[in-house]
Amino acid sequence: MRLTVNGQVQDAAPHAGQCLRTLLRDLGWFGVKKGCDAGDCGACTVHLDGEPVHSCLLPAFQAEGHSVITIEGLAAPCAPGDGVPDGLHPMQAAFCAAQGFQCGFCTPGMVMTAAALDQGQRQDLGTALKGNLCRCTGYRAIRDAVAGIAHAQAEGRPVGRSLPAPASRAVVSGRAAYTFDAAVPGLLHLKVLRAPHAHARIRHIDRTGAMAVPGVVAVFTHEDAPRHRFSTGRHENPGDDAADTMVFDPVIRCHGQRVAAVVAESEAAALAGVRALRVEYEIRPAVFDPDAALRPDAPLVHDPADREPPRPGEDAPPLLPHPNLAAEAHGAIGDVEAGFAEADRIHEAEYVSQRVQHVHLETHGALGWLDPDGRLTLRASTQVPFLTRDALARLFDLDRDRVRVLAGRVGGGFGGKQEMLTEDLVALAVLRTGRPVKYEMSREENFSAATTRHPMRVWVKLGAKADGRLTALSLRVISNTGAYGNHAGGVLHHGCNESIAAYACPNKRVEGYAVYTHTLPAGAFRGYGLSQTIFAIESALDELARDLSIDPFAMRRRNAVRPGDPMISTSLEPHDVLYGSYGLDQCLDLVEAALADGGGEPAPGPDWRVGQGMALAMIDTIPPRGHFAHARIRLEPDGTYALFVGTAEFGNGTSTVHAQLAAEVLGTVPERIRLIQADTDAVPHDTGAYGSTGTVVAGQANVRAATALADKICVAAAERTGTRPAACRLTRDGVETPSGVMPLADLARDAVFEAAGAADGSPRSVAFNVQGFRVAVQPETGLVRILRSVQAADAGFVINPMQCRGQIEGGVAQALGAALYEDVRLDAEGRVVTRTLRNYHIPAMADVPVTEVLFADTHDTVGPLGAKSMSEAPYNPVAPALGNAIRDATGVRLTATPFAPDRIFHTLTAVPEKASA
Amino acid sequence: MDLDTITAVLRPPSLDELPPWQDGDAWLAGGTWLFSEPQPGLTRLIDLSTLALPATEVSEAGLWLSATGTIAELDRLALPNDWIAAPLVGQCCRALLGSFKIWNRASVGGNLCMALPAGPMIALTAALDGLCRLRRPDGMARRLPVTDFVLGVQRTALAPGEILLGIDVPAAALKRRTAFRRIALSPEGRSGALLIGTRDRAGDFALTITAATPRPVRLAFATVPAAPDLQAALAAATETDGWYDDVHGAPDWRRHVSGLLAEEIREELAR
Ligand SMILES: Cc1cc2nc3c(=O)[nH]c(=O)nc-3n(C[C@H](O)[C@H](O)[C@H](O)COP(=O)(O)OP(=O)(O)OC[C@H]3O[C@@H](n4cnc5c(N)ncnc54)[C@H](O)[C@@H]3O)c2cc1C
Ligand code: FES
Ligand code: FES
Repeated sequence: MRLTVNGQVQDAAPHAGQCLRTLLRDLGWFGVKKGCDAGDCGACTVHLDGEPVHSCLLPAFQAEGHSVITIEGLAAPCAPGDGVPDGLHPMQAAFCAAQGFQCGFCTPGMVMTAAALDQGQRQDLGTALKGNLCRCTGYRAIRDAVAGIAHAQAEGRPVGRSLPAPASRAVVSGRAAYTFDAAVPGLLHLKVLRAPHAHARIRHIDRTGAMAVPGVVAVFTHEDAPRHRFSTGRHENPGDDAADTMVFDPVIRCHGQRVAAVVAESEAAALAGVRALRVEYEIRPAVFDPDAALRPDAPLVHDPADREPPRPGEDAPPLLPHPNLAAEAHGAIGDVEAGFAEADRIHEAEYVSQRVQHVHLETHGALGWLDPDGRLTLRASTQVPFLTRDALARLFDLDRDRVRVLAGRVGGGFGGKQEMLTEDLVALAVLRTGRPVKYEMSREENFSAATTRHPMRVWVKLGAKADGRLTALSLRVISNTGAYGNHAGGVLHHGCNESIAAYACPNKRVEGYAVYTHTLPAGAFRGYGLSQTIFAIESALDELARDLSIDPFAMRRRNAVRPGDPMISTSLEPHDVLYGSYGLDQCLDLVEAALADGGGEPAPGPDWRVGQGMALAMIDTIPPRGHFAHARIRLEPDGTYALFVGTAEFGNGTSTVHAQLAAEVLGTVPERIRLIQADTDAVPHDTGAYGSTGTVVAGQANVRAATALADKICVAAAERTGTRPAACRLTRDGVETPSGVMPLADLARDAVFEAAGAADGSPRSVAFNVQGFRVAVQPETGLVRILRSVQAADAGFVINPMQCRGQIEGGVAQALGAALYEDVRLDAEGRVVTRTLRNYHIPAMADVPVTEVLFADTHDTVGPLGAKSMSEAPYNPVAPALGNAIRDATGVRLTATPFAPDRIFHTLTAVPEKASA
Repeated sequence: MDLDTITAVLRPPSLDELPPWQDGDAWLAGGTWLFSEPQPGLTRLIDLSTLALPATEVSEAGLWLSATGTIAELDRLALPNDWIAAPLVGQCCRALLGSFKIWNRASVGGNLCMALPAGPMIALTAALDGLCRLRRPDGMARRLPVTDFVLGVQRTALAPGEILLGIDVPAAALKRRTAFRRIALSPEGRSGALLIGTRDRAGDFALTITAATPRPVRLAFATVPAAPDLQAALAAATETDGWYDDVHGAPDWRRHVSGLLAEEIREELAR
């Protein structure tokens, strides 16, 4: 058939059941994205004869003879593979000017939809854009883009300024290359058969049917895979996570676990192969609830009898009191019982945080091949290319230099990509077939077989004197890590750390258990355990303050740590966290004043009850136990700079910040810094972009490299001009010396200038966030309306205010999803029920109120140029602040998220009389 | 998404040249549901768009809604001034979880044939006494009220190979006063309860409940009932099938909010 795409007449031969989305990508239009492949997210929006449609829903054959415009051709006709157009479409330009994106994966569809709206639709954007989901921005920047409000600044000092992302034009014109946006000749496709039982042993896999499917090249099962155990969770120290996972395991420990993989010439053949596999299972009893899993007679998730003895070099599993324990945390300071005895008031309750998913818009996946000299190369959707490289080398017994891992632009991560969930399979298939292989998870797999936040039950007991001073604090945390222990210990310990170290209380006790169950594995998630424990502690503190008739802000001021106070959770061991700066006091003042100023929406009607609430969160700016980054910077022959860093860009905005930092140090402008990133070939090592380290650790390495390079350049310029280096100063494209300007290009002509820098992530500082809400609740229906949302952040010196604001707005929006709607539900057999975006509701534009973002004025002594991290933290205080506001409005304390209307209704009807507030 | 088990798409030129129905066949209308989920059981798609089913038409007798007409076309339709029920059309279009981009492809007939509890075209046509016109595989026609067409969650009266041609909405129904109420767990979310009340000049009052119940429930009264009578009728009508339970709302919440919305509608139409 023939169709016109972006003005090009193209011939195509779609498969009978093919949709237009994949056809367009086959034709080279990689700007057409897949967020769901099911009509829900809008990332695949194109114009068909001028009308916007979701190309994943359109039967390809129906496009015959029609004209299609994709994001690439929105500005002007173009051919596949053409670069960024000179002129952008006004809507593309508006998205640049407002920086209406972070990872940018939703942007092509967002722009295509926005460009098709009429005036009326623009007046009601929440409705008009309900078919376009963005997980990163919180939508404010998108609203501004559509309204033509610009934020990007061009002139002035490189840092402290709202510079647009270097990739902006590529992102808005659909040219930014994400993981799968590359045509690879001879590509094989990998699909996975997933287990239909929560606990079973595979008796036999019959692969004959699958091998007989035309196009199937190979089938892989536990018989073919390496027997090493590893953890999908990635940390600087691989010993941080239990090595309990195999590429394929004959023991199934959760519904959806990998059983086998089929590699074929086409996705359809691979899927047909998967359907043709015959598997016999020996079904075993399963346990889903962590309390049940800790009973003496509980079915074992990792039965030692299933396991071969550890191989040389492998650690034996740690000995814990119950075989279903993945990790424990115990600690105490002071005398907790005495503290409670001394208290005038005590509050104790259990707070429950549910299982939620990251829902990064780009699903997990990787593309792999052998490079010309046979080196295994993977292009992966990852936050941790270096740690993945190390894991693959270990798993396949390869030298580290025989494996290269790189990342294109990554379509969102939120912690979910601090995990090796697809790369091992792709590596196996590439190594065995010698051919390029792609494995891209479907949205359904991403929901039903990828990691989630750890569901937690947190029992908290707080005691205070009549003046509000805390006398004792006790936590008991049960974390459900699911079938595997990736991040089990890290999340548990982190969750029990800053949440309580934020308060100066002499007596503290923590008892924490991460428990294996036959459910899908939890993993790293924005906040890394803190969102769950902070929900408990900040809700409890609110109750205690009410009981004592103390204002919640005053309660925090009375008890929160201030400079000079030791930051102690439950251990008096020395640590490397210090007050590089302190802005909590300012944050509390800012939110308190904002809530008091009378701004915000009015309540929708007289039958709505209004209340307000707040919560605070503290976070260490860098994860503990080592976080390393290297940077290398080189003066290029044309007088610009090439900056090599390890961290990936997945919407966290570090690319912009890196260019800003280097430009500041080198006295130039960010446009003259070219960034080469997220490639194990670029620098020696980088722990990765997790734990909010993109700015503070990699940025520090960058500043050190740039400083060293600036010195070298000044020394050389001084030598040539017979002046002193101290008298030389770098400018945009030259060195000012006492005897005139020496162009950088001249210097670079006859010598190589290059410098490296490293950072080890220590010492660390602390950052603070305070969230405030005013809400209205309609008791009869359980509906909640947010009338005002304010977050104050102590981010140190803010290198890019627009971007930092975006991180906070996005964090609040994602946290509102978890606080109001999101819940990964499992059925009685442990199967995930919420497998699509229409059944797992993430915030759409209409769900997200404007959050006013306020910054404390601080300057950090630890972070680069005074900056602190600000990407996980904004998430953490949101759920408790909302719960506290609902409590204030209704008199009822909600102890479990999400606060969905049907649950609020339940809780309110269970307590017929409004409790005295 | 790609439907990888489909081996053929048939595009018959007219209703008289339909291929014999086989197992694994599906009629393809807008495809907005068919292509939104894996369909491992399907092997052939038979495209309805080439069949030229009778087009949507406004006449003295009422509104004929072509099954293959899109929701976008329906939303744009100009209706006679004395059809005071007209605002319901836009309200029901907006009740679809899918955005206006879905409306561009999604068909009215497809929405009925899906038989989802939150099918807004089901709500619209059920509330307005819609009568489905079906074409059996042998070419014979039959008619069924919408409330008898939708039998349960994703269950209709369609026999294999039967086509829904369209829905007749009588002019009398379109001349009624109407009241519309909808609630969802999130502002633009999938309907948890969608209720429509109608009242004609003679005083007849009817209440249609969808989304909250597995299939549409229609309560008819010769006059606006008293509040307790309406609630009692609602309770009685939902006794056997109960309230719908899925991630878009707990059944007791749906029952409760349906009661509230029913009363709001009653009050509005009693005025
Ligand atoms: C993002 C999104 C949101 C959605 N929201 C909703 C919602 O809120 N409520 C809702 O009900 N649906 C919703 N849907 C599902 C679907 O889009 C609508 O129900 C739509 O109206 C179906 O029409 P279609 O023409 O696309 O049907 P198709 O996908 O083409 O067909 C749907 C089914 O009906 C059969 N069929 C279609 N037409 C006929 C006919 N004339 N005779 C016999 N059988 C026929 C098909 O064989 C198929 O089984 C949503 C879908 C998406 C992607
Ligand atoms: S990919 Fe088409 S709507 Fe999500
Ligand atoms: S920017 Fe919208 S999903 Fe990442």
